[in-house]
Amino acid sequence: MQGNAACAEGALAAGCRFFGGYPITPSTEIAETMARRLPKAGGVFISMEDELASIAAVIGAAWTGVRAMTATSGPGFSLMMENIGYAAMTETPCVIVNVQRGGPSTGQPTRAAQGDMLQCRFGSHGDYSIIALTPNSVQEMFDLTVKAFNLADRFRVPTFLMTDEIVGHMRERVTIPDSVEVTPRHPLAEGSLPFEAGDDGVPGFAPFGSGRSVHVTGLTHDERGYPDTTDPAAHDRLVQRLVAKVESARRDIADYEVVNPDARTVFVTYGPPSRTVEQVMRDHPDESVGHLRLRVVWPFPEFALEEFPNAKTFLVPELNMGQMVREVQRHVDRPVVLIPKIGGELHTPAELVRALEVHR
Amino acid sequence: MIAPDWFREDRLPHIYCTGCGNGTVINCTLAAVEEMGWKRDETVFVSGIGCSSRAPGYILTDSLHTTHGRALAFATGVKMARPDFNVVVFTGDGDLAAIGGNHFIHACRRNVDMTVVCMNNHIYGMTGGQGSPTTPPGAISTTTPYGASEPAFDLAELAVAAGANYVARWTSYHVKELTKAVAAGMQTPGLAFIEVRTQCPTNYGRHNKLRSVPAMIEHLRSHAMLVEKRDRLVREGRPVPEDTFTVGELVRRNRPAMGVRR
Repeated sequence: MQGNAACAEGALAAGCRFFGGYPITPSTEIAETMARRLPKAGGVFISMEDELASIAAVIGAAWTGVRAMTATSGPGFSLMMENIGYAAMTETPCVIVNVQRGGPSTGQPTRAAQGDMLQCRFGSHGDYSIIALTPNSVQEMFDLTVKAFNLADRFRVPTFLMTDEIVGHMRERVTIPDSVEVTPRHPLAEGSLPFEAGDDGVPGFAPFGSGRSVHVTGLTHDERGYPDTTDPAAHDRLVQRLVAKVESARRDIADYEVVNPDARTVFVTYGPPSRTVEQVMRDHPDESVGHLRLRVVWPFPEFALEEFPNAKTFLVPELNMGQMVREVQRHVDRPVVLIPKIGGELHTPAELVRALEVHR
Repeated sequence: MIAPDWFREDRLPHIYCTGCGNGTVINCTLAAVEEMGWKRDETVFVSGIGCSSRAPGYILTDSLHTTHGRALAFATGVKMARPDFNVVVFTGDGDLAAIGGNHFIHACRRNVDMTVVCMNNHIYGMTGGQGSPTTPPGAISTTTPYGASEPAFDLAELAVAAGANYVARWTSYHVKELTKAVAAGMQTPGLAFIEVRTQCPTNYGRHNKLRSVPAMIEHLRSHAMLVEKRDRLVREGRPVPEDTFTVGELVRRNRPAMGVRR
């Protein structure tokens, strides 16, 4: 099965029943699969007039209580930014898939990149936090899409599947289980205000039609949901909570693989460059070379770097000119080397072997 | 009258200026909702950004106050996911016709079953009175200090052309007609678009020699021409005064619609 199709199947298995989208290469097969499958599953597929409308419709649908998603690539992702901030501010659970391609601008529609990783975290204005997952296989396109819906619901936060043209168009064998684990939502407790959070910082959810007359606004609001735009304390309380509910759960949300924890030289990867590192490690077994592979990149699990206490050097191969490498650099006091690659192709094993020889 | 049942009294005082026409439009819309007998828990108000869009915040239902221009796209998501809900969108001329123009024509084309009430005050009121796509040529605003030089949009005709099943236009003077039109729109499956020409005394009137609220409302009344009268003038080959606009029901039809309650 193709990666994009596996993503759509994962969404359906997770109970997604609304898809609003706009065609864009290389993500289109996700929309096409949803267009074919959703009506038969009792869901709604709608092709919106642009990506601003796509994410808007997804947020509107999410407030009726359905699991909702959209899928796009760089240019459409840029258009979605304002409403992504709205989803963060209004604590709307939704899933956004970005099948990344070469940018900036129209760039390389049919070629892979990982150039939107910081945009995903910081692209909308103001302070907020999000969750982002990075699959490296067709199986993970299925598994991590399911996981994205569960995290979106649990933390009431827009959650991203940050994949790319390589994984989206890759074909591999996939195991689709009869059923998947679906995290139940926390309903809004009787007597609680609509945006009043418990200890975990996440308010219970009262979708439209539950009789709670919830007012949802992108303005700074109080626990009732009512605008309160001039009180510094009200803004501080809300935005601190929006960030803290995700950041304070970093260890809980984290998902990564550690290979050779005693290594002196450690590759840090996410998405398909991890496949090249795996190839290198198969071809040249060497316990002094380690690999940290992230399946969740945001919130960034800086504690995962401590799994390699003997590391002297971290090597970060990315399909960009240096994005997640900044996070690694920020958290370790040892040399961190970026191995950038743009243009649409993966690093070759030989390129990574050469980097090892130079930097170990 | 209807206030205790539908207003969030704990949100008062509201933000609207003295003499603003938006309260009239909200009142007429809620009167139509009452007439329809809609249940609170099945009714959702959606809006974008601007003075008009603050309205859902004062109404005691589920409500979605969204981003500038995108209300119709959000509302499309709500209504398509839950066709059993009654969805009403409050919007303004800047929100709907400028930044939201593309969503406007596509919502009309899809004919999603919702009621869209546009408070057209011919100005960006909330940001202090800049020229909008419906500012009449020659009118003074903070960004058209020498008089607006662009032609204005006719929002109701645009909705007719784009395919909405019900389109009407009235003014804040015509409260009875407006209430009936909103109710007729709610009864018509598909998208109902009701344009209300309304007064912004603070940011439009005082720059355009319409110094009092009654003067503004009288200006709207005296420039409104019933669509039947306009049609008669055209039929008879007589001139239609250029400074008038049509009011009344512009279309009521039965094109295929989406998101209709099953």
